[in-house]
Amino acid sequence: MTPPAIPTGVLFENIEKRYGGLYALRHVSFETKPGHCVALAGRNGSGKTTLLRIAAQLVRPSSGQVSFPSGASPGERRRSPGYVGHATMVYDEMTAEENLLLFAKLQAIAEPEKRVDLLLQEVGLGHRRKSLVRTFSRGMRQRVAIARALLHQPSVLLLDEPGTGLDPQGVDWLKQTLIGLRDSGCTILMSLHGESEISSIATRAIRLDAGVMVADTAAGSPMRSVMTFADA
Amino acid sequence: MTLLSNTSALLGKELRTEFRSRELLTTTVVFVLIVIVLFSFTFDPTSEESRRFGSGLLWLAFLFAASLMLQPCFLREQSNDTLSAVRLSVGDPFAIFLAKLVANTLFLLATELLLLPLFAIMYNVPVLAVLPWLVLVFFLGSLGISVVGTALSAISAQARMRELLLPLLLLPLLTPILVASTEVTSSLFDRAPYVQWKGIGFLAVFDLVFLTALWLFGEYLLEE
Amino acid sequence: MTKNALGALMVVLLLGVAAYASFFIAPTDAKQGLIYRILFLHVASAWTGLTGFFICFIANLLYVWRRQPRWDWLGVSAAETGLVFTTVVLVTGPIWAHPVWGIWWTWDARLTSTFVLWLLYVAYLLLRTLIEEPDRRALLSALFGIFAFVDVPLVFGSIRWWRTQHPQPIIMGEPGSGLDPLMYKVLFFTWFAMLGLLILLLRQRYQLEAMRGDLDMIQRDLETA
Repeated sequence: MTPPAIPTGVLFENIEKRYGGLYALRHVSFETKPGHCVALAGRNGSGKTTLLRIAAQLVRPSSGQVSFPSGASPGERRRSPGYVGHATMVYDEMTAEENLLLFAKLQAIAEPEKRVDLLLQEVGLGHRRKSLVRTFSRGMRQRVAIARALLHQPSVLLLDEPGTGLDPQGVDWLKQTLIGLRDSGCTILMSLHGESEISSIATRAIRLDAGVMVADTAAGSPMRSVMTFADA
Repeated sequence: MTLLSNTSALLGKELRTEFRSRELLTTTVVFVLIVIVLFSFTFDPTSEESRRFGSGLLWLAFLFAASLMLQPCFLREQSNDTLSAVRLSVGDPFAIFLAKLVANTLFLLATELLLLPLFAIMYNVPVLAVLPWLVLVFFLGSLGISVVGTALSAISAQARMRELLLPLLLLPLLTPILVASTEVTSSLFDRAPYVQWKGIGFLAVFDLVFLTALWLFGEYLLEE
Repeated sequence: MTKNALGALMVVLLLGVAAYASFFIAPTDAKQGLIYRILFLHVASAWTGLTGFFICFIANLLYVWRRQPRWDWLGVSAAETGLVFTTVVLVTGPIWAHPVWGIWWTWDARLTSTFVLWLLYVAYLLLRTLIEEPDRRALLSALFGIFAFVDVPLVFGSIRWWRTQHPQPIIMGEPGSGLDPLMYKVLFFTWFAMLGLLILLLRQRYQLEAMRGDLDMIQRDLETA
């Protein structure tokens, strides 16, 4: 994968998200240094998805803010984070190539055809570029989803349970891809259910429970216990 | 310029999707046809009667068809969360609405023009002489329906009972379109056809007002 | 006496005076006799209903801008109370029409427009019942409310321009018929009294909504504690 231009971190400052009277997130504050890979662990409903969507700026926090401190000089344009959500976020009735071209054009990426071609090769879908996404397996859809997120060469990549539904081959591919991205300087923030092949590449883990941070390897908790907190 | 290029990219997507499946167009055309036939049972379709009631029947049929056709507009973006992908990629969020409303206007217009000859034959209303004016009023009316309908389908997609909700929200809001379009159309169907410029002007104003409202408030409709 | 009770008493007094004025102070209409006096109730209710919807519109705009729950509470309160007055208009219309014209309903331009207005606000309130999450409900109904209010002049305009071409009985006399100056005074006084009632009802409804909002928050806090 082509290396990101500028090392960028992610800073959450006192993030709070309320839905009516219900708190989805409360007092969430932490910083991910550039080039690090943070795993967000937690059960369903713990707030992982909400936090990632706030970082992707799809959801506005009720209070607090998220920022992306980077070493960029004032003239350089900062790129928005890449986001891979629960859903595939591509159109079933279009081909892989058409999907990527659409999103590339929307983001005004230079030489979109070339970029799309490169990405399709890199995620191993070059031979299926003209096939409708509807015909893809779960693993292939995940590859398209990641390709879409990487179109604009983001310095930060957000992934929401990226390993779900993947077979061992798919998990292996994902792991290698994320390692490659991490090693080339991309900052990764990903949410996971628990310990897995994917979580092993993380340099830090944070556990959320009912919207609150309850454990952090940066605070000394061992990685294993953060990732596999017994359902208390 | 970002707005224009974003809109054309998204419009291309809307049109390509519909062109491949043709599900919206076929169902809408058949629905309007059914309404036109059913209406014929409710009054004696002599030429005089048809001239008087025909325009109202046509526009009612278009309105009902639109309130069904607009349902999937934002709903179909929900299953794969493609709306989020577009929101993240797009430079100007208004392009999302603009593309959809242009597509919806085109679909409605296509339906109307496809059914016009059938209507003219079944109800004995001469339309050839006034065809350009009919196309104009169809266009302005359909544009108004699409602008409001696209905005409201974004709302109903986030509520329960959305199939019933959209017509419920849409039809009262569109009464001015129904009144003005029917008047202009019926004066075009008249024995001595003439163009009601007041009506054409009114439709244009309606379209402009709601296009502006959508431009001002559209981004809030997309919020999560 | 509490402020609420004092306010209520004043409104009742004002309405009482208005009613008295409608029956005994306003001069008799040459053509229609007693029944025309329903005009004061009918027209004042229409103006009050529109005032309620205007307040709803402002509240909607403020909610979209500031996102504070109180604007949502004001919006729904204004819509509901506006709806009550608009219903009075739709009911008094036929009550007037029947003795004068012998029919219950005429598609009179103003009455028809009022009916559409009524439908728009019913739609607004129905929309609210179909969205559960309070912040979503507030935002989406505010946006619909804004669209609905923008539509109102277009509804009235289109119906007045084209529906009045067709000959039909016109409620409350032709637009140009004019009222006796004393009648105008009674009408405006009645409207003033009704605005008092509007504010009274609005306050009560608002307080109810505010309490519900607070109760919701407390319940949720208890659940998550």
